[in-house]
Amino acid sequence: MGMTMIERILARKAGLDAVGVGDTVTVDVDLTVLIDLQFATMWVPPLRIADPDKVAIVMDHAVPAPTIKDAAGGPHARKFAADFGIERFYDVGRHGICHQVIAENGLARPGEVLACTDSHTCAAGAYNTAARGLGPAEVYSILCTGRTWFQVSPTIRYELVGELPAGVGGKDVFLHIANEYGDATNHNLEYGGPGLASIPLHDRRTIATQGAEVSADFSTFAYDDVLAAYFDALGVGAPGVAGFEPAHADPDAAYADVREIDLSALVPYVARPGTVSRNGLPVTAIEARKIDQAFIGSCANGQLDDLRIAAEVLRGKQVAPGVRLIVTPASQQVYRDAMRLGYLQDIADAGAVVTNATCGACFGYHMGVVGPGEVCLTSSTRNFTGRMGSPDAEIYMASPATVAASAIAGHIADAREEAAR
Amino acid sequence: MSDSPTAAQAGALHVTGRVWVFGHGLTTDDMYPPDAMKLDIPEAAKQVFYNVRPGWSAQVQPGDIVVAGRNFGLGSSRPVAALFRQLGVAALIAEEFNSLFFRNAVNAGLPAMTVPGATEVFHDGDIAAVDLAAGSWANQTTQISGTVPVLPDLVLEIIAGGGVLARLARQGYLPAELADVLSSPSAAAAGQGSGA
Repeated sequence: MGMTMIERILARKAGLDAVGVGDTVTVDVDLTVLIDLQFATMWVPPLRIADPDKVAIVMDHAVPAPTIKDAAGGPHARKFAADFGIERFYDVGRHGICHQVIAENGLARPGEVLACTDSHTCAAGAYNTAARGLGPAEVYSILCTGRTWFQVSPTIRYELVGELPAGVGGKDVFLHIANEYGDATNHNLEYGGPGLASIPLHDRRTIATQGAEVSADFSTFAYDDVLAAYFDALGVGAPGVAGFEPAHADPDAAYADVREIDLSALVPYVARPGTVSRNGLPVTAIEARKIDQAFIGSCANGQLDDLRIAAEVLRGKQVAPGVRLIVTPASQQVYRDAMRLGYLQDIADAGAVVTNATCGACFGYHMGVVGPGEVCLTSSTRNFTGRMGSPDAEIYMASPATVAASAIAGHIADAREEAAR
Repeated sequence: MSDSPTAAQAGALHVTGRVWVFGHGLTTDDMYPPDAMKLDIPEAAKQVFYNVRPGWSAQVQPGDIVVAGRNFGLGSSRPVAALFRQLGVAALIAEEFNSLFFRNAVNAGLPAMTVPGATEVFHDGDIAAVDLAAGSWANQTTQISGTVPVLPDLVLEIIAGGGVLARLARQGYLPAELADVLSSPSAAAAGQGSGA
C-alpha cells in the first residue's frame, strides 16, 4: 500500500520504510519555532537544547507589547537567543506573524517537519511541509530534544480540478470546503490535482492555515512548479541539491475520502458567526448585514497579495460612516512592501486604520477588539464566539475582497458588484 | 536519572470523580478567552466556560471530571489544561478531542479519554471512573461501563509522569529541583509560556 504525503514525511523522519494509519512514530524535527508568548509566562531557560541551528524565534502575537506581562517576555527571548546563539531571531522591527515570517524566509521546506506552538502552524503545509500546532509545553520539549511523536491519522484528499475564477480567492475555496464537508477532526488534509496550478501560493497558504478551523491535524499541499519557482526565487535551492526532498503521494495511497473540488464553479463565500463548519453561504445569498468593524489581517489573510486585493477594491473609495476598517500586515516585510507599492496609501486614504504587523485583532487581544452587540466581518482565521473580544459580538468571515467591499458599502457586500459601481 | 514515571505516578492514570457534562464543539475561546490571556493562571482559570456556563469555575471542586461532546477543544494552542489543573479538574472525557487540545492535556499530565457517546452516558453529578492504562471507563452512578483503545505507551508515560516538563527535568533539560514544581497542578500545566 502506498503512502499519502504526510505519511511519507513522517516515515522518512522516523527512519522507517513506511507508516500507516494508527501508527505512533517518533520523528526528528527539522525546525522548531518559538513565539513571543512562550517567553511571557513562567519562562525557565533550558539547561541545554538540541540544536540552535534548528530553532527560530519570532515575536508575533503581542508586539509591541500591550501588557506588562508581554513586555516582560521580550528580555527573556533576547537573552535566550544570545545565550544559545539562535541566529534566526526575528525581533520587533523585523518581526511578523510567525507563519508569514516562516514563509518569507523559506524556513518551511518541502518534505520536512516544522514544529511551532501556534495552532495555525499548519499554514506551512502550503509548502509541502509537515507542520502543525503543538502547544507551548511540547514545543519547549522539542526545543530540548529535537524530536516528538505523532499518531498517524487518516488522510482526506482534496482533488482540485478546473481553474479558480477571477474574484474568487483561497478564503472562498476554504469556506466552501468547510461549509460543504464540515469538520475533519483527527484527520489530515491533502490538496493536489490538476487545478492546483491555478491557485496562487498566497491562496494556498490561506487554505492550509485554516485547516485548524475544521480541526484537522496536518494540511499539506503537493509540491509543484509553483513551489519550485518559489524556493528558487528565495535561493533556498532545488530538491536534492539543498538537502530537501519533496514528499509526493503514491498513486495507490489510502485515503479516508477523496473529494473533488471544481474550482471553476466556486463563488465568494461568507461564513456566519460561531463556526466555519457547515455555516457558510455564497456572498450572493448571505444577508446584507450592517457591520461595525471590518478586519483584514492574520496569518491567513494579512499577506502582501491580500493587501493588494484590498487596495484595489478601496482605491478612490471611502469606508462607510460608522464602520472602522482595520488592516494589519502579516509581517514587517509585508508592511514595507505594501508601503513601497502604494497599497497602504490607498488603504489609509480610504479611511482605514493600518496597524503594525502582529496577530492583533484576530485573537481579540489588542488593536481591534470588538465590543458587545457589534458585528464584525473579518478576513482572519476564526469566527468563534468570543474570539475577537466580546462573546456578544457577531463575527462573520470572508475574503479580503469581500471585507474591503463591505467596509465601503457598510454592510456585507459582493466585491464583484462593488467594483462595477 | 530515569525518565520513567514511578509506580505512584502511574496511579495518575486511574481517576474517579464527579462529572460536569458539557456539549459539542467547545472551543478554546470558550475556555481560555483572549482577555484571560492577560491574567496569571489562577485568575485566568476563573474564566473557564465564562460564557457557556457562567459561574462554573466557582462550583467545580478538586477531583472533578469534565465531560464534553464532539470536537472538544477546537481552536488555539492556549494551554487550557493549565486552567483545568488550576481548578483541580482531575481528568477530561470527550466523545472526540481536537488533537492539539488533546496533546496539551497529555503534555500537562492531565488524563484524557475519548469515550463515544459520553454526553449521553454521563449526567451532571454522576461519579465517573477512568483507567487510561486499562482503557476502561465506568459510570459508577448508573453502573454503565465500557472500554476504549489504550493510548500508546509513550503517551501514557507522559501523562503518568506529570507532563512533559517534569519529564524534561528528569532528563536533565531543566533544573532537577524544578521537577516537583513542574509536575504540580498549577505550575506544570501552565507550561512554558502561552499560545494562541
